[in-house]
This record gives sequence, structure tokens and C-alpha cells, in this order.
Amino acid sequence: MTVQSTRAERVSAPAGSVEFDADVLIVGGGPAGTWAAISAAERGARVVLADKGFCGTSGATAAAGTGVWYVDPEPALREAAMANREKLGGHLQDRRWMARVLDRTYEQSNRLADWGYPYPVDDNGKSQRNSLQGPEYMRLMRKRTKQAGVTILDHSPALELLVDEKGAVAGASGLRRHKHDRWTVRARAVVIATGGCAFLSKTLGSNVLTGDGYLMAAEAGAEFSSMEFSNPYAISAAFGSVTKTLFYGWATFTYEDGSVVPGAASKGGRSAIARALTQGPVYARLDKADGDVQRQMRVSQPNFFLPFDRTGIDPFADRFPVTLRLEGTVRGTGGLRIVDDSCATTVAGLYAAGDAATRELICGGFTGGGSHNAAWAMSSGTFAGRGAADYARHAGPARGRRLSSAGTLALRQRAERSFKPAELAKAVQDEVFPYELNYFREAGRLGGSLERLDALWSEVAQADAAGADDVFRARESASMLATARWMYRSGLARQESRGMHRRDDFPDQDNRQRHYITSGGLDEVWTSVRPHAEAVYAEAAE
Amino acid sequence: MIEVIDAQRCTSCDICVNICPTNVFDKTHGIPVIARQADCQTCFLCELYCPEDALFVSPFADIPQNVDLEALRQNALLGSYRRAVGWTEETKDRRDIDRSYLLFGH
Repeated sequence: MTVQSTRAERVSAPAGSVEFDADVLIVGGGPAGTWAAISAAERGARVVLADKGFCGTSGATAAAGTGVWYVDPEPALREAAMANREKLGGHLQDRRWMARVLDRTYEQSNRLADWGYPYPVDDNGKSQRNSLQGPEYMRLMRKRTKQAGVTILDHSPALELLVDEKGAVAGASGLRRHKHDRWTVRARAVVIATGGCAFLSKTLGSNVLTGDGYLMAAEAGAEFSSMEFSNPYAISAAFGSVTKTLFYGWATFTYEDGSVVPGAASKGGRSAIARALTQGPVYARLDKADGDVQRQMRVSQPNFFLPFDRTGIDPFADRFPVTLRLEGTVRGTGGLRIVDDSCATTVAGLYAAGDAATRELICGGFTGGGSHNAAWAMSSGTFAGRGAADYARHAGPARGRRLSSAGTLALRQRAERSFKPAELAKAVQDEVFPYELNYFREAGRLGGSLERLDALWSEVAQADAAGADDVFRARESASMLATARWMYRSGLARQESRGMHRRDDFPDQDNRQRHYITSGGLDEVWTSVRPHAEAVYAEAAE
Repeated sequence: MIEVIDAQRCTSCDICVNICPTNVFDKTHGIPVIARQADCQTCFLCELYCPEDALFVSPFADIPQNVDLEALRQNALLGSYRRAVGWTEETKDRRDIDRSYLLFGH
């Protein structure tokens, strides 16, 4: 079979470890990672995909399902699709990127149909392709990834990147949790598709998303963009994990005494819910959904009803307490900065895709929700997979190069202090969950939070390497800490309210700040300003 | 959080161990064990992948619950998610029933 010849090669390795020689390593097995893996393999690359959990179930999409920014290629429809969210996004989108993502999403969604994805057919006989059932979609993507000849490592969190003498990324290493050993993949290019960071908030399917890829990439020198757009919160029943905010569009929100929370709404009124929650419990009832809508909801998103059916709540008739769970950069738009059409980062050999990459190019400063993010995962996954495969073909051989490990926190012996992952994760959550810190931002509060986060960083940067049982959790909590610092430093740098970034001290949008905030750094976190693409084009035209 | 593996139904196929995205279960020589319940993110996927409807995930994400396994069996709550999404032989015609396109744009 032809696929056999393009498989990554397993090479001999010291006891307690396994080593592969590949062209492209994909870190993360959600939609972006699987599209990247398939696309790289289709270019002839030998590909390994390492997933922290199980490729096919891990990540927000598999658990939750998603809308898709799928628009028929008619100029008027495409124009409307691009125009209708530009204001929400604070006019930070890039039209050229939006157009190429719409093209690619259309093409790849149609491939899913060819591969057997059971898209629904409407009453007019038209196949409807703007929604994907998560488990169904990702089960199919795993199958196609295997069929493409990709070697999948499940339950194999990456811990750190490998770099060559020139600083180019050349693989990664990590754990195989089920085999109780370690893996190393020497590759000519790496795609980070690890998703965003939701800080272990239990928003549906997101607890594997702790920003690990950001930390690894930053240790190799990568930069970030738009990390201030990192504060979306999703509505769920107060006791539950199912965050499907769309359905709360049919809800009435009330205080304890039954009176309506003024201005509260799923869309355009979530901040009223957040403010009310700082005072006391808030309740919802989906009393605006008529019989037809109720039936459509039931068949479209069965998981939405699990918390209700299992507790005896009728969400259309009974009121139930709700909360807002932080989705961080999973539904925010910030992530690794992309420097060209192949989704390359600022580091040679390193590519980014999906939620791990910035989505400002198509979303600006406002959440892509499921829809744009799903389109981005398909498109950026494809771009990055192809880009990495092409780069690998031109880069030198992976073997024989002297490689070093780029990891820092929790991986190197420092002093006598021990690393306490659970305590660190909790300390970071205390800085990023509170609405008064993250949802409603203000210089004094952001600054105070950053002081505490920086102090935590200084402390753990001096800590010992974590033990074998702890190192995975230690790296997760360190990644959360790093992410929070890039977020808040960027939030301080944007002295206005734009997109989802709201500043109590700068409540208006400031037209002079229609630019991007770049950030990076580990011990010292920095930010700088980059002009919006249109300004760059205008300058070039002069 | 995952609360129970029904020992009467479980065939020790270990699918739940393999597919759990947060590695909550451990293999044994027989029925898998819920080894790290606190790591459960309440995503319901183990339940969905279990071919024997032997697992039950309580919808409470933060607090463990006592569940009455006999009542779950009698009320057909075991496997209810799998049936709803069309992953059983009897319900496979539901796989293309998604009507989200009628709900978007609300």
C-alpha cells in the first residue's frame, strides 16, 4: 500500500521511551490538528499526530458540536457574511483572510459530505452544511486521519519542543500516559494545534485546553497577537458543564425574587448577567421557545438537555440557576501570531492552527463563536498542514541534527522549592475567573492582578522539575499562568473598549487604536503595536 | 461527573479507558475503574462511546453525586445520550436529524 511508504518511522530509543522520525509533527488532535495532519499527509509528508487526550474526543468541538461559517460562493452572500460582523469585531478583521477562509471552509465541508458525514437535508431537499455534530464529526476526522497514513499517539501530551542549532523547531517530546513512558518525535516542522486556554473552567469539553501549545511555542521564541480578546464567558446551568449559549437566546433571566434582570440577554446582554451574578443568583427559563423551536432544539443538540432531563428540570417551564463559565482564548480570538498565508509563526519550522492561532484575521476582536472558529480550524489546519509539509521538504534531514529541548518551567532543576500544580492552577483561576477582573477590566485591577501573576511566575520559575506523576499537570498550570500574563499585559496595552475587550476606564472605542497588540516573553512579558492590514496596504500603495 | 460503571453490563472492552479525553479511567484485569474522578470534565463522551450503556455521567460538574443504579436502569437513563444522537442500531436514522440551521440567526 502506498500509505505505508509515507508513514513516520519508529526508531530505536532508550528504555522507557519511544522515538519517531517524521517530516511533520502535529501537536493536538481536534479539528485543526486532524485537518493539518490530513493535509500534510496529502502533500506526501510522513506525519505524527500527538494528542493530549484521545484524537476524536478531545477538545471543545468533539464534546460540544459547532456551527460552521459555511457560505455558498455567491458574491452577495459572501459579501454579507464578511460585512455583518465587522463592527462587532471592532473592524480588526482582514478581508483577504476572510475570503480565503470562506473558500477553504466551503471546500473542506463539502469533502466531509464526500467522506460520509450525515449532513441534514432541509424541506427543499438542500443539504445543510453550517452545523456539525461534535462526536460524529470528530469520529470521522480520526478515521480519515488514520486512513491518510498518519501515526496517532493518543494520551500523549507534548511537554516541550525540540530546536536545532539555529533555533528552528525540529520536533517535540512528551509523555505517553497509558504506556507510562516518554515519546520523542524528530520532525522537520511542527504544527501547534493544541487549542486555546479555558483555564480548567469546565466549559464543555475544554479541560484539555490549558494553553500548553502557547507555552511550548513561547519557549521557542514565538509571539502572540490579540491576547486581550480573551474574556468570553458562556452561559450554563449553575451546576453543569453544558455551555450552549445559542439556546439562551430564548431565555428570560430573573433575580431570586422573580423580577427580570434589566438588559440581560444571551446576545448583547451577557454583561448584565455578569453584573447581576456578582450580587446574587440569576435564573433562566427558556420561555420564549415555542413548540417548534423546542423540538428543533431537542434533535439538534441532545447534550443541551442532559443536565435538565437528569435533574428533572423542564428548561422551558421551570427556572433554574445559571452561571457564566470562562472560555478564555477558546472563544476569544487571541493566539499565536501568524506571519504568512501558510500559518507560519515567527519561529522557523513552527506553524499554528485552530484556536491556538490568532483568529483576529477573520473575527477581529469579537468571538468567532463556534461558527467562525470551526471555519478557522478547517482552513488554518489545511494551510498549516500544507505549509509545514512544504517547509519540511526544503528543510534538511531531521536525523543527524543536534537538537536541544526548549522547555523551561517544571522541566529543569532550579532550587529546593517544589512545584504544586493544583495550587498554581487555583491561583491563576482566582485572577482570571472573576468578572470584575476579566469581564470588566480597568487599569488598577488589571495591574494588581498582573503583580500577583508575575510574583507567581518568579516563584515557580525557581521551582524544581516536577516528578513524573506531576510534570504534565505542572506544565498545564504553568501554561495557564503564562497565558494569563499575556492576556492581561495586552489588556492593559489596549486603552479602549473594542470587540470583547471592555475597559471601565476607557468605555469607548478609539479610532486611533485600530491596530493589533503583539505580546510575548516569559520572565519578562512585553507588548507592542502592529498596524492593521489595511494601513499596511495603504502605506505600500503610497 | 462520571459516577458509575454498571458491573452487570460492562464487558471490560476498555473503550471508555481509551477514549476518555481527560484519562479518568484505569484498566484492570476486569472492569475498568474510575481512578481520577476529579479530572472528569462532564463531557458525556464515555457514555456515548460505551456500546453496552454501562456508564452514567451525572450532570453535576463540580460535586460528586450518589446515584441509584437500579433506578437509572429502570428509567432507561443509561444510554439515553447515545440513543438521542443516533449511535444505537435502533436510532441510527437520527444521525442526520440536526435542525440547527433553523435555529441560527435567531
